[in-house]
Amino acid sequence: MSKIIKVGMADLKVVKYPDALTTLGLGSCIGICLYDPVTKVTGLAHIMLPSSKAIRKNSNEAKFADTGTVKLIKEMKKLGADPKRMVCKIAGGAQMFAFSSGNDTMKIGARNAIAVKEIMKSLSIPLKANETGGNFGRTIEFYSEDGRLLIKTIGHGEKVL
Amino acid sequence: MGDYFDDINSMVIDVLKEIGNIGAGNAATALAKMVNTKVDMTVPKVKILEFSEVPEMIGGEEMQVAGIFFKLSGDLNGSIMFVLDLDSAYSIIDLLMPREVKELDEFTMSALKEIGNILSGSYVSSLASLTNLKINISVPSLAVDMAGAVLSVPAIQFGLMGDKVLIIENEFLEIEASKSTKGYFFLIPDEDSYDILLSSLGVSL
Repeated sequence: MSKIIKVGMADLKVVKYPDALTTLGLGSCIGICLYDPVTKVTGLAHIMLPSSKAIRKNSNEAKFADTGTVKLIKEMKKLGADPKRMVCKIAGGAQMFAFSSGNDTMKIGARNAIAVKEIMKSLSIPLKANETGGNFGRTIEFYSEDGRLLIKTIGHGEKVL
Repeated sequence: MGDYFDDINSMVIDVLKEIGNIGAGNAATALAKMVNTKVDMTVPKVKILEFSEVPEMIGGEEMQVAGIFFKLSGDLNGSIMFVLDLDSAYSIIDLLMPREVKELDEFTMSALKEIGNILSGSYVSSLASLTNLKINISVPSLAVDMAGAVLSVPAIQFGLMGDKVLIIENEFLEIEASKSTKGYFFLIPDEDSYDILLSSLGVSL
């Protein structure tokens, strides 16, 4: 029996085939999905902020793109995954509220997406799918069977990446 | 200083409750004037929750909600957000302009923004007069989407400071129709503004 395991905000989980992972209602946060196609080890981190640096309270590694990615890979390795084979898919990073004046905290979704892309580049993990931006929420389901990512929205359709 | 809300003491909670109470009282009065009917409210509940508990409180991450968001500037910087589920949103819109069709068109959206504006405006002006701080409130921005997505915005802003979120829950009661509407205020001062707010209220962590 395969299970679908829920990942909360500022949280990360790792599963093996046949289980799947989901995170509900991603807004400006980003779901980082990593997959090793050989071992079918699958990981999902729901990060909130781009960097743990310059934040005083940074003990929760899953909250940040930098420390979250490191921890996610570490947990996947424990289940036998090899980072050299990993591929990445990301979703989220929306700007839920629009304001004309530029303000950094309002553009956090875009900053999160940039940070995750840079981290993947530095780790040489290919970014296979990038479903970020816009001004709407996303629920995602990530399947260990083949690494497919299902994205559901309210009013912006459904797609599989 | 560590996580603000780990260290928060009962006196701070009492002060925040009082602000919530006065602010919501004025908001209820403003709402009653606007819709020309008697609107009452219950004593607000001030809650400090983990990130993960916040969407649960409103009905789950995928529950559709309306969030009306404002930026605060002046002596106090930060933001304020008023959130209500769609049923509550429709019943509050019904007070303002009764309609057959329950749909989010341009009229409904601007009515929601206006309601948020009045409620948050009176909340902020109570806060300003209580603290003697000059606080300006921006134009409203509205998002209608999954609770998780809408709430990610205040969660991220609180996330810069710690792992917990401060919420003020208000229940508005329309006396004649005996209908109740639950709304949630998120007051999110920037990190530096938090100390300004608390010290102007004469409390410290």
